[in-house]
Amino acid sequence: MTLQFLVDLSGPLVMGILLGGLYALIALGLSLVFGVMKLINVAHGDLVILGTYFGFFGMTGEIFGHRLTFLGIDPIVSLVVGMPLLFAIGFAIQKYLLSRAVQISMEAPLIIAFGISLIVQNACQRLWTPYSRGLTTSYALDSFNVGVFNIPLVYLLDFAGALVVMLFLREFLRRTYLGKAISAASQDRGAAQLMGINTGRVYAYAFAIAMATAAIAGVFLGLTFPFTPTSGVSFLIIAFGVIIIGGLGSMLGTFLGGMILGLAQTMGGHVLNELGLPGAATGQYLILYIIVLVVLAVRPQGLFGR
Amino acid sequence: MPEETLLKVSHLDTFYGSLQVLWDISIEIKQGEIVAIIGANGSGKSSLLKTISGVIHPARGSIIFEGKEITTLDPFQIVALGISQVPEGRRIFPDLSVLDNLILGSYNHRARPKKEQNFKMVYELFPILEARNNQLAKTLSGGEQQMLALGRGLMSETKLMLIDEMSLGLAPIVLNEVYKALRKIRERDITILFVEQNVRRSLEEADRAYIMEVGRVVLSGDVVDLREEEEVKKAYFGV
Repeated sequence: MTLQFLVDLSGPLVMGILLGGLYALIALGLSLVFGVMKLINVAHGDLVILGTYFGFFGMTGEIFGHRLTFLGIDPIVSLVVGMPLLFAIGFAIQKYLLSRAVQISMEAPLIIAFGISLIVQNACQRLWTPYSRGLTTSYALDSFNVGVFNIPLVYLLDFAGALVVMLFLREFLRRTYLGKAISAASQDRGAAQLMGINTGRVYAYAFAIAMATAAIAGVFLGLTFPFTPTSGVSFLIIAFGVIIIGGLGSMLGTFLGGMILGLAQTMGGHVLNELGLPGAATGQYLILYIIVLVVLAVRPQGLFGR
Repeated sequence: MPEETLLKVSHLDTFYGSLQVLWDISIEIKQGEIVAIIGANGSGKSSLLKTISGVIHPARGSIIFEGKEITTLDPFQIVALGISQVPEGRRIFPDLSVLDNLILGSYNHRARPKKEQNFKMVYELFPILEARNNQLAKTLSGGEQQMLALGRGLMSETKLMLIDEMSLGLAPIVLNEVYKALRKIRERDITILFVEQNVRRSLEEADRAYIMEVGRVVLSGDVVDLREEEEVKKAYFGV
């Protein structure tokens, strides 16, 4: 192995870890909901994109083709409004829609979530057009020069954001009454009720927290990649891959799962490039999915799953 | 001391779907008593506890606790009023620590300010729990898990403790320890209603008992009298 080979590897390595931060950030909310309520929220990706569009609106003031120029707020700053908004939306979705759906049948919540996905996608299309957008802030194209490669600033922000959110969620679940109640309800809902826990309301809070996380993920996604109203689906699939690898309900596991997928993608892409194989751009995603399949086959509960 | 009625269950009919499991059940529990509900599997004893705790709601009848009608309340509301249940099979939270399990017992708003003094009480009754404070609940032995389940119930500032099939899977030595703890719990003015299959032991530990068969109360009274009852002797003691 030549030194050059290792040096060449360092770029994709670092990029993979940082990009993994974004994947983890998107997946954390999904992991919380899936781990606690055993609910497959197929609308999660679209709700993340909704968060992205909130950031977009705050930044450009554009809505229905009109421009409200008195806005122009940095997307991260707009989270001050975006997070409580998505928190409230999430609380209402769980409390009034999904909790009732669960009583109808096992499939009903899935269908409702699918419906929410369609509604959100179409709403975003109407409000902000189907054209590809980006959260093009002043720092969106900045990068650091580290030796032989450049690290985009937003990738560093993605990683930092994921780390902060993951640690916050983990400590919240461990230390607060509500956090412990969420963990307890996910292990034994009936016993949790016998402790005096209002599990219906606890579930609503869990979903609301997941949505607030989605708001953050949405903003960072928009800073990192271009997006359209239908971008949610592809990120939903990646998020599923992350929680499959990391294990359900484990915040740390989801974080590491994101790293692994990010690395799989960038390192895979790098290897394909080095081998001179065509289609490295999409091939890196193929490698990502193959890794997910392997983990499913070998250790279905994931790294940190129960 | 006047014996006030703490819990009054009147003419309860409970169904699982279309299957009736409780038929015209009426029982009364007075403050400070230890009452046993004895019966074989399928006699409806657990269904009765579930109905009192609000896990299922009766089709007919009423449940009155401290003068308040609680028949249609949700389980978390009933816990807040002062009825705790130690469920069948313990159902401790396996992936949480002993400490977290106990903390969750104090979740309701009446219990939270009393958390520290209730911890003291629980650790005094069950010192092994303090020793295993940071262990995951699933690593505890059967007897220790039963103690944890009881401790959790005590953390809720409970006035009436419902205990479902406490003796299942416990060695006699451990069971003795647990019954000893129950007596100490009663000394702290907590009323106990426990459900059991073991007739002999129940009649030793309780003040009064109800005997249930296929969803009905067939016999009731002070344990002293019940032990003399011909039917009980024949059915359960093989005399």
